[in-house]
Amino acid sequence: MKQLIYLDNAATTKTRPEVVEAMLPYFTEYYGNPSSVYEFSGISKKAVQDSREIIANSLGAKTNEIYFTAGGSESDNWALIATAEAYADKGKHIITSKIEHHAVLHTCEYLEKRGFDITYLNVDENGSIKLDELKKAIRPDTILISIMFANNEIGTIEPIKEIGEIAKEHKILFHTDAVQAFGHVPINVDEYHIDMLSASGHKINGPKGIGFLYIRTGVKSRSFIHGGAQERKRRAGTENVTGIVGFGKAVELAVAGMEERARKETELREYLMERVMKEVPYTRINGSRKSRLSNNVNFAFQFIEGESLLIMLDMKGICGSSGSACTSGSLDPSHVLLAIGLPHEIAHGSLRLTLDEVNTREEMDYVVEAIKEIVAKLRSMSPLYEDYIRHQRN
Amino acid sequence: MYTEKVMDHFEHPRNVGEIENASGMGTVGNAKCGDIMRIYLDIDDNQIIQDVKFKTFGCGAAVATSSMATEMVKGKSVQEAMEVTNKAVCEALDGLPPVKVHCSLLAEEAIHAALWDYATKHDIKIEGLEKPKSDIGEEEVEEEY
Repeated sequence: MKQLIYLDNAATTKTRPEVVEAMLPYFTEYYGNPSSVYEFSGISKKAVQDSREIIANSLGAKTNEIYFTAGGSESDNWALIATAEAYADKGKHIITSKIEHHAVLHTCEYLEKRGFDITYLNVDENGSIKLDELKKAIRPDTILISIMFANNEIGTIEPIKEIGEIAKEHKILFHTDAVQAFGHVPINVDEYHIDMLSASGHKINGPKGIGFLYIRTGVKSRSFIHGGAQERKRRAGTENVTGIVGFGKAVELAVAGMEERARKETELREYLMERVMKEVPYTRINGSRKSRLSNNVNFAFQFIEGESLLIMLDMKGICGSSGSACTSGSLDPSHVLLAIGLPHEIAHGSLRLTLDEVNTREEMDYVVEAIKEIVAKLRSMSPLYEDYIRHQRN
Repeated sequence: MYTEKVMDHFEHPRNVGEIENASGMGTVGNAKCGDIMRIYLDIDDNQIIQDVKFKTFGCGAAVATSSMATEMVKGKSVQEAMEVTNKAVCEALDGLPPVKVHCSLLAEEAIHAALWDYATKHDIKIEGLEKPKSDIGEEEVEEEY
């Protein structure tokens, strides 16, 4: 295979070798079902409990508040649907934002069809929700606020602590989709007044197909998967023991290396952004410059379309993603880019690159050169650029 | 996702560019949807397409269909060019993913728009040619940062 520069870590990450190593014995040696009574299966049960403890500790939560799921999307579905049902007699109003992941947005649409009223908060040009709008949106029948910790496309970190305080003050439950943030930034559920939190294993160098939902003690929630008594009778199904073990290991490593990782990624991110902004004209950076995930870079290149850009980057061995319509299979570009106020044609020209601490400055140099060449080529083919230049001359 | 032919035309697009004082020029599509195609035709007195150039803002399929369509009309009479349909372009590329078939439609429309421009300017009737619906011309002005 040709050289590979993987810059799509918000999509998924490489599973760390230490994680795989930790998982392996639970496939072939300790394959017992944690629910069985014999001593042999007790090894699996303990492994699940150990991972639960690592995760609980990383959030300042209790072990019995962590419920393993199949991933971030399931956790979001559970948090929204089960809470809506459990609190429907108190009210049917939920507040979320326009830039949530589809796991939240489409679940909200599902709830709307079942009689719930959803407020989708606007965001500012950086992608931050406006706290005064949140306060104004609160009604006596509001039962839940669900705002993502950090945005998956533009990397903006939301004012979670302030949102948590507002929710607490009004005695409204607060759920946060922390799939992009968990393991990347420090989170304490008590400090931030978080009642529910969704996270996923494969975004932090853990395995795919494993996630969890944190549910604070006292929050009413029904069983999401019916069946056996696993996960305190709230999420049936034999535990994904290998996944849980791998997730635990990944969290342990992520927490231990968080500061160092953020420092390395931020340095690379700033270098990449500065070079591109300096060397590629008609370019903008999407998302907040200050409150931003350390590994997220998001550009919009005017006059070109994202899918073409991605294919050409791929030809040079660079993996990225775009919010253009063509990459999403719909006719509209990313809802996040439209929500921060980008016109359609500029949103089509977006490029998201999400780094990992293993990336190097040399790789960033290669990427900058590739972007310069490709953007220039696509612009030379673009009727929009042709018109722009013509208008400039006249 | 794309066939080898699509990738070839995307990687090495044929006939990219502009023609000064073109006999006919047509622009179709919409920046909002993420696809704009512009075709320039140089047509001689015998109504033969001597040269053709294109510019496209769009995805891989949009670029490849533009490129293929220009190859297919080059050297043909204006009447023969009418036979370059979206289906013909699609087949010549060994097919497109279902979600991208609308791109081939745009290629046909762009050629028709350019032919219409030529026919109107020269007061010529081309059998089967109708006034293009989506010729957006050049009024689209980009927002500046």
